Amino acid sequence: MPIRVLVAKPGLDGHDRGAKVVAKALRDAGMEVIYTGLRQTPEQIVETAIQEDVDLIGLSCLSGAHMTLFPKVMELLHAKGVKDILVTGGGIIPMEDVPRLKKSGIAEVFGPGTTSDEIVSFIKKNVKQRT
Amino acid sequence: MGLAERVASGDRRAAARLISLIEDGDESIRPELAELHSRGGKAHIVGVTGSPGAGKSTLIHKLAKGWRERGKTVGIIAVDPSSPFTGGALLGDRIRMQELSTDQGVFIRSMSSRGNPGGVAKATADAVRVLDALGMDKVIVETVGAGQSEVAVMDVVHTVVVVIVPGLGDEIQAIKAGILEIGDIFVINKADRDGVEAAQRELEMMLELDGEKDDWRPPIVKTVARTGDGIAEVVDKIDEHWAMIKREGLLEESERQRSRREVLELLKHKAVLSLLSEYGPDDFDALIKDVAARKMHPHDAVERIMEKKKK
Repeated sequence: MPIRVLVAKPGLDGHDRGAKVVAKALRDAGMEVIYTGLRQTPEQIVETAIQEDVDLIGLSCLSGAHMTLFPKVMELLHAKGVKDILVTGGGIIPMEDVPRLKKSGIAEVFGPGTTSDEIVSFIKKNVKQRT
Repeated sequence: MGLAERVASGDRRAAARLISLIEDGDESIRPELAELHSRGGKAHIVGVTGSPGAGKSTLIHKLAKGWRERGKTVGIIAVDPSSPFTGGALLGDRIRMQELSTDQGVFIRSMSSRGNPGGVAKATADAVRVLDALGMDKVIVETVGAGQSEVAVMDVVHTVVVVIVPGLGDEIQAIKAGILEIGDIFVINKADRDGVEAAQRELEMMLELDGEKDDWRPPIVKTVARTGDGIAEVVDKIDEHWAMIKREGLLEESERQRSRREVLELLKHKAVLSLLSEYGPDDFDALIKDVAARKMHPHDAVERIMEKKKK
């Protein structure tokens, strides 16, 4: 069964080239990718992930607001009782922020220079087979 | 509590998960689906089809908003093709519908055809059952109107809306095969562009040729979905069509037709699988080789497979 992924851009950030490149790479790896466009609120992202029953949410943020937006998504997921959706982050994210993001529940952070293959193999390895 | 029961109590996660299992072709959920089927039949199911770029997603977003303002809940199933090479899919219909994503009276689901266009009609019928059971008053099914498989998806709906855009010249020529006959309402979207009058004339002519249906003359509505122009009229026409179906006692007939098509589709699917499993994959490959080498006509190959079943 294809892995379902939501690629989402939270917050006020007009740059989605990277998110689109990743979305296409995941599609080409045989995944079903839901792309929702720019300027999503964490609430919209979480609700979309639930309706689409995705295995993974890939958050992309180039605005610098990741320390607010990424943990907010995790918080809302937990509030809704969702524990089986993996969340990763990507974009311009300083190394020193990564430990705190991971502590908030973000499974992995993909910075500049990450190859598509790295992302694909991380997802394939870490997404749990649904029951 | 079973998934079907959870869906009926309004559990959106259960609905989402059940649709995933439907897409996966999981046989273990058949009792759940049977339960949904027996409880269902309340929702008005609306199909929206048209060429890529006709503005279907934007139109659906506005229709859904229109119904929300009238106090109706709305489910949306957006079907997109998957890549024939990788099986993957990029599903972007929600981009135009984000405003609705946190509205608890709306449930949107993107589905890919998973390389099996015939199968998607089957999955769509069951996904509609889920959203019906979830309590959605209107369930909109969106597909690209570009072939038989899309026409098959439209078999599961009560009201078919065909969306065209002016200025593409052969637009109506392209859709007339199969789609024109099943349209209950025609929308000429992007009506602020040149060529609207010509498109309308051409469409009217094609519909005349098609012969007037007894109880419903398909209306043509001009819209600019982006600005919302004409949307209220489309909502009205769709509701009128639904009222007509119910008033004229056509609902029973419509349900019978839909059931007949769905049973036939499922039967075809199962019959093929059963015949093939009986025949054996190696023998099947050998037959195919003979056909490819022109030693045997496909008709005779099929006959061979059928004969084995008879014995």
